[in-house]
Amino acid sequence: MLDRRDFVGRLLKDRGDLMVLTGLGTATFDVAAQGDNPLNFYIWSGMGCTAMVGLGLALARPDRRVAVITGDGDVLMALGSLATIGSQQPKNLSIVCIDNAVYAATGMQPTATGTACDLAATARSCGFTQVMAPTDIAEADTLRPLLHSGQGPLFIHARVGTQKHERIIPTRDGYGMKYRFLEASGKRS
Amino acid sequence: MAHAQDQSSQANGSHADWPDRIHAVFKKFNVRQVGHVPDTGHTRLISLCAQDNEITDVVLTSEAEGPGLVLGATLGGERAALLMQSSGVGNCINTFSILQNCGAPIVLIVTMRGEFNDFNPWQRPMGKMTEETLKLCGFHVYRVDEEKDVEPVLVAACYMAFGGNFQVAVLLSQRMINRMPGAH
Repeated sequence: MLDRRDFVGRLLKDRGDLMVLTGLGTATFDVAAQGDNPLNFYIWSGMGCTAMVGLGLALARPDRRVAVITGDGDVLMALGSLATIGSQQPKNLSIVCIDNAVYAATGMQPTATGTACDLAATARSCGFTQVMAPTDIAEADTLRPLLHSGQGPLFIHARVGTQKHERIIPTRDGYGMKYRFLEASGKRS
Repeated sequence: MAHAQDQSSQANGSHADWPDRIHAVFKKFNVRQVGHVPDTGHTRLISLCAQDNEITDVVLTSEAEGPGLVLGATLGGERAALLMQSSGVGNCINTFSILQNCGAPIVLIVTMRGEFNDFNPWQRPMGKMTEETLKLCGFHVYRVDEEKDVEPVLVAACYMAFGGNFQVAVLLSQRMINRMPGAH
């Protein structure tokens, strides 16, 4: 089983101008633990919406790369959005699903990925062009370039263990994040 | 596409041009992404957006996906609108919250169900709740009952949403849309 924080850290190494969106839950803490960045956008409500925020951003910014880093709970809550993304075929969008098969933030209750649902297979059937399911931490180094230049839509299904990590809680100011994101990406009007 | 437009005109009981006027307002305000779950009343507008090279139309599997699309467009510097029927509003209550939390502007156009001559009376509960639900979700809500008001109300909605980063909904009355029996 991969260590989630180590995996996310390796994926985001030398990230450059990669735009990163995180979903409600532990994935936000994993990304924040790598250091805050104005091109990070942490979503704190509307569970299930993260992948779609990624789609809207990827469509608006075909000149940039977008990575959604989120958990299995967030993806499961809106499985249909994988089909929506597959239909649109955004070449610049990657979804990284950190799948620990539990709702870690609410007391480790099991999710459907531990028993029934293979999210990699789901993404494949929804039209994602590249689907990877790393099992060794070293694979993060070969997946990293795909976030920057791979032909999407890309889905990285990372099954991880349930190791506990420090909760690094970043800003929860939605307006502030919006403006700093637009500023950092040259769109502040 | 022409076939779909013909069906829409028949469903509307006339060759109503309010969808064309909404599309023209979208162009005037540089709306670049339009997400939708189909509705008979929206058929022509969806078709106009799909044919427009400057608009990316996104077919959603659930209306609940729409607010995410809108926030993403906002972060990318684009303006977005959503089209749905009143039943879809209920699907969005939680995801609407991201728009309010981040000051992401949206123009939401809702075709009403369950309020006038709807062949399916089960549409009534959600139709009756739609306006109040949107207000509770932080939307400024306009209602349009007459075709002549479609364009000025849409213009006002766009000025308010995109000028002030607000969430604005426009409800199109079922009587105005003049839904044919059996239409969904």
